[in-house]
Amino acid sequence: MSDILTLDGVALSYHTTDGETEALAGVTFSAKRGEFLSIVGPSGCGKTTVLSVVAGLLKPTAGKVTLDGCEVTAPHGDVGYMLQKDTLFEWLTISANVELGLRVQKKLTEENRAYARALLEKYGLGEFAEHYPSQLSGGMRQRAALIRTLAFRPKLLLLDEPFSALDFQTRLDVADDVGNIIRQEGLTALLVTHDVPEAVGMGDRVIVLSPRPAVVKKIFTVPVNGTLSQKRVMPVANELSEAVWKELRTG
Amino acid sequence: MKNKKILSPHEKYLLGVKKTKIAVRLWQAGLLIGFLGLWELTTRIGWVDPFFTSSPIRIAVTFAELMADDFIYHIGVTLLECIIGFTISMSVGCLIAVLLWMSGFARRVAEPYLVVLNALPKIALGPLLIIWVGSGAKAIVLMAVLICIVVTIISVLEGLCSTAPDKLLLLRSMGAGRLQLLRYAVLPSAVPTFLSVLKINVGLAWVGTIMGEYLVSGAGLGYLIVYGGQVFKTDLVMTATVTLCALAGAMYGAVALAEKLYTRRKKKRRAKPKIHKPHDPDNGIKKSDYLIETDNGKN
Repeated sequence: MSDILTLDGVALSYHTTDGETEALAGVTFSAKRGEFLSIVGPSGCGKTTVLSVVAGLLKPTAGKVTLDGCEVTAPHGDVGYMLQKDTLFEWLTISANVELGLRVQKKLTEENRAYARALLEKYGLGEFAEHYPSQLSGGMRQRAALIRTLAFRPKLLLLDEPFSALDFQTRLDVADDVGNIIRQEGLTALLVTHDVPEAVGMGDRVIVLSPRPAVVKKIFTVPVNGTLSQKRVMPVANELSEAVWKELRTG
Repeated sequence: MKNKKILSPHEKYLLGVKKTKIAVRLWQAGLLIGFLGLWELTTRIGWVDPFFTSSPIRIAVTFAELMADDFIYHIGVTLLECIIGFTISMSVGCLIAVLLWMSGFARRVAEPYLVVLNALPKIALGPLLIIWVGSGAKAIVLMAVLICIVVTIISVLEGLCSTAPDKLLLLRSMGAGRLQLLRYAVLPSAVPTFLSVLKINVGLAWVGTIMGEYLVSGAGLGYLIVYGGQVFKTDLVMTATVTLCALAGAMYGAVALAEKLYTRRKKKRRAKPKIHKPHDPDNGIKKSDYLIETDNGKN
């Protein structure tokens, strides 16, 4: 399978009046089509910056990001971004929320609407389409947020600690849920998290970043398949988590 | 013996709420009646001179006389000036706020000017206004606009700028442009600010209009008040003032009603069946798992 996403020596510095902060110093990795990559790193190492660069929201100071054969230089709308908070628009119904991306990208055709509708049905939110976000539980909201990012058929999903606002029990279920949906739809995903078992449980590979300025320190391949709650109890996965931990600790 | 119905705790609570509400209304009415009664009484028994304070009955009589004359015309003039001033400052103010939101650079440039204009007592510009647009209704409307518009710009701009950053990030990642950000996230989330500015401006528009009429005018309630004061007709001053109170109250009420209708509509949308699922989270959604609860049926 071909690589859908390539980061080649991506470096980025933030400029403020206080000076220059080097966030990324040459990050290189690639993702195959349909692959689920987890990115972990010490806090403040620039994990989120990687996602912003991939989304085209930030322009790298050096290096190159290629998404599906095209170089990323500006926001392109080919990524579905999922944030820590579900960021559903509380004044819109769930179906209007889900159609938001289509509306923004002026792709709100009958066919695409039907697709969005079908996604809602498929993932159990069909009967809540005309409800408002405040009427849904946390897990359902997060699922609605995922469907919103799927509805405009992005080439890549970016997940920025999407489960960290949920309590532990809900978190496992939602993570399984989200992971399953992403695999079912055959999407490529980039998950940023500070939770190592979550990274191992959800990802096909785990990318460990160094402290700031970040470079890719090591890439682990997860030897088993399955959902987070399945892998959580597998010794192999736990050993891998341990190894990732160690890699993170040794600065 | 009367058959007393036993009330459930919730019914008791509701009854209590209702009783308090009635008590508040009674006190409000009582205070007004008491104040008017005392006012009338003290003037009748000669404790205070109605030449200075007028009295409720004299006000009523004056009101009737004025209505037979051209009072409606004066009311109309003031009301029209106020509504025009209010509308202009709301629309132009919001437009300027949106433009400033669009350009962070312009916002920074404008900031000190807004601060100074906000602090400036606009009445000081009165003489200039007369020189610029003449001593007519234009100057009065302009005064109302000057007083309202700065607050409008500052408050609405603040509302626009306080849109949740993650909503903007999300839209930008979808490829949204600045206008789309405005349309899909910034304007909808500024609606509550807009509503509160609307209410503030109802008050300020009246301040501006009456101030304008004090400065220049040949008609209107402000004109009657100034004129009445100059010729020591306290009856006229009081009548015009009371009318002004009623008008300002009515206009505020109209805006408050509009706000109420808006929030009620929003509430109604949200009061549709609430989904509750006790304990276990929502993996594998089955409808039977949910307790459907409605809090419609009231109001």
